[in-house]
Amino acid sequence: MHVVVCGKVIPDINQLTLRIDPDTKRLHRKDEPHILDPAAAVAVEEALQLVEQHGGSISFVTMGPSDAATGIRTALALISTANIPAAAVHLLGDEFAGSDTLGTAKALAAAIKQLPPFDLIICGTEASDTYAGIVPAQLAWQLGIPPLTFANKVVGVEGNTLTINRQSETGYAVVKADLPALVSVTSGLNEPRNPSLKGIMAARKVDVQTYSASQLGLGPDDVGASAARERVETVGAPEARKAGRILESDGQPDTVWAQQAAKEVADFLASLKVI
Amino acid sequence: MADTIWVYAEVVGGAVTPTTLEMLTKAAEVGTAEAVLLGSAPADAVATLGAYGASKVYRGDDPTFDSYLMLPAIEVVASLLQAHQPAAMLFASSYAGRDVAAGLSAKLDCGAITDVGDFQLSDGNVKATIPALGGSYLATSTFTHAGPRLLLVRPKSFEPKHTGGSAVVEAVPAPADAALRKVQVVDRVDVPVEGPQLDAARAIVSGGRGLKSGEAFHALIPPLAELLGGAVGATRAIVDAGWVPYAMQVGQTGKTVKPDVYIAVGISGAIQHLAGMKQSKAIIAINSDPLAPIFQLSDLGIVGDAAQILPLLIDEIRERK
Ligand SMILES: Cc1cc2nc3c(=O)[nH]c(=O)nc-3n(C[C@H](O)[C@H](O)[C@H](O)COP(=O)(O)OP(=O)(O)OC[C@H]3O[C@@H](n4cnc5c(N)ncnc54)[C@H](O)[C@@H]3O)c2cc1C
Ligand SMILES: Nc1ncnc2c1ncn2[C@@H]1O[C@H](COP(=O)(O)O)[C@@H](O)[C@H]1O
Repeated sequence: MHVVVCGKVIPDINQLTLRIDPDTKRLHRKDEPHILDPAAAVAVEEALQLVEQHGGSISFVTMGPSDAATGIRTALALISTANIPAAAVHLLGDEFAGSDTLGTAKALAAAIKQLPPFDLIICGTEASDTYAGIVPAQLAWQLGIPPLTFANKVVGVEGNTLTINRQSETGYAVVKADLPALVSVTSGLNEPRNPSLKGIMAARKVDVQTYSASQLGLGPDDVGASAARERVETVGAPEARKAGRILESDGQPDTVWAQQAAKEVADFLASLKVI
Repeated sequence: MADTIWVYAEVVGGAVTPTTLEMLTKAAEVGTAEAVLLGSAPADAVATLGAYGASKVYRGDDPTFDSYLMLPAIEVVASLLQAHQPAAMLFASSYAGRDVAAGLSAKLDCGAITDVGDFQLSDGNVKATIPALGGSYLATSTFTHAGPRLLLVRPKSFEPKHTGGSAVVEAVPAPADAALRKVQVVDRVDVPVEGPQLDAARAIVSGGRGLKSGEAFHALIPPLAELLGGAVGATRAIVDAGWVPYAMQVGQTGKTVKPDVYIAVGISGAIQHLAGMKQSKAIIAINSDPLAPIFQLSDLGIVGDAAQILPLLIDEIRERK
């Protein structure tokens, strides 16, 4: 089977405090170390497990600035580590900058149409930097394929039918659809493997296909800031919640402090009438 | 209509969801609130929607809406939106809410603002307030194109108010098109959680990696929660580590909670966790690191070892009772 994974390459959330650019009012993306979105790594891992079972190939598709190159190599290395034929597509260029979720979905759909026919698209549930969580269902609609969203387990493919467990408020629903289909996977459903050195080396040899918007037949009404149907007008600081009393041991033995701390908490709970 | 605001109503576990009622209350404050309710619902669901502000309910009770996910709902809501053109339509940031809103935005080529914490109507447009990046920023967003305006609203953004109104009902049939029956629900499985539900609890005791092990978590956190008549929460770190089920996760990708008191034990206070609990009325943190970010928004912070303090706290509360 041919599985397409859509994933984002994002500023490394563990290494920096995320900032919003005061001019563009967008997330600051330039000059920061970029990594494969952890949500995308989960999507890649799920693709690996399916292709290891059923055979086939994996294409990784991302839209993002030139910094995304590092994350693309990570995705390719993961695929190569599993000895699975890999391809990658990078939607690159200023025309894409400022796209909203719908513009992103249109761009991804246009790129996927350039690839050989696919059986399955795997997305993360939500990207780790913006958490919109709606691109996958928009993408499925653009491609006219069934969306199997919020999978916390991919139960399996039988014949032409894919079954997943869909996360719900009270548990899960067992949901199925015919291929080709799109699945979005929740973050905890697998533990992404680490790439091997051999995989990293093999990934370097894969050609990454880049597309500009115009190469995909997309114009300023489809993608980029001009096509975005929403505009951020102001960005401000929220009313800060003030820190209250922070109590620390003044050098007494730990057990004495622990006893006093317990009393402080109990007193506070009593003042709130919780006890 | 210029000031009509629609709410996509949801039923979970046999009851209209709290977020539906929160959104209806807000919609009725801003303009005329109407609801769309599709799929099976309790007998009093329409009355409940009316009591929280809906003056009209578009009701589709065909089993198709339960057996086949999103596509039939998207089809029906799309034609209703085009026929009635409300000023905006509100969806909960839930599984169903996100899917239906996403499908509508693609089908109708219209905008969707996500993660909305508040909104206003002005000059026929919507001005939405978004607590971005876990609430470290407050952004305002608006729509730039004509067409339906979809808002995905964070749970607990508004206080639900029972105003005692009632709603007229307009029945909507399920679409006949077989091509919309693509995503089939084969089974629904409830995973029971013991004790009070997180989103309704007045007190929540949450634990994080600072508890050091699943055993320590289970020995200390549920007993304290039980003493307070509260619910048990967790960080994603310990959900991922397999100490507790996902249903307990509080945060951006878990539950949003707003209890009277939230006790964070061994939790660092990552923005993704704060996003789910920073609206709590009072926050108590116990953490061994005086620089832990959680202290920056705690009403009472205790710098110390959770493993030593919690057993003493449990004893102390038992004695006082
Ligand atoms: C896309 C995305 C979504 C996410 N969504 C969520 C979400 O919904 N909810 C969520 O919680 N997280 C979420 N996270 C994860 C989040 O970034 C943090 O990794 C997580 O919240 C950290 O959990 P923690 O506080 O238990 O662990 P840590 O950050 O490891 O903190 C442990 C704390 O325990 C303290 N400690 C250590 N020993 C003791 C002791 N003896 N006594 C007292 N304190 C002690 C330490 O000082 C430290 O502050 C998300 C991350 C991403 C990327
Ligand atoms: N720029 C992008 N490039 C590739 N995939 C994306 C992009 N943006 C979103 N996605 C996909 O859509 C999912 C959800 O993203 P979002 O709706 O932005 O939270 C991600 O996990 C990806 O699978």
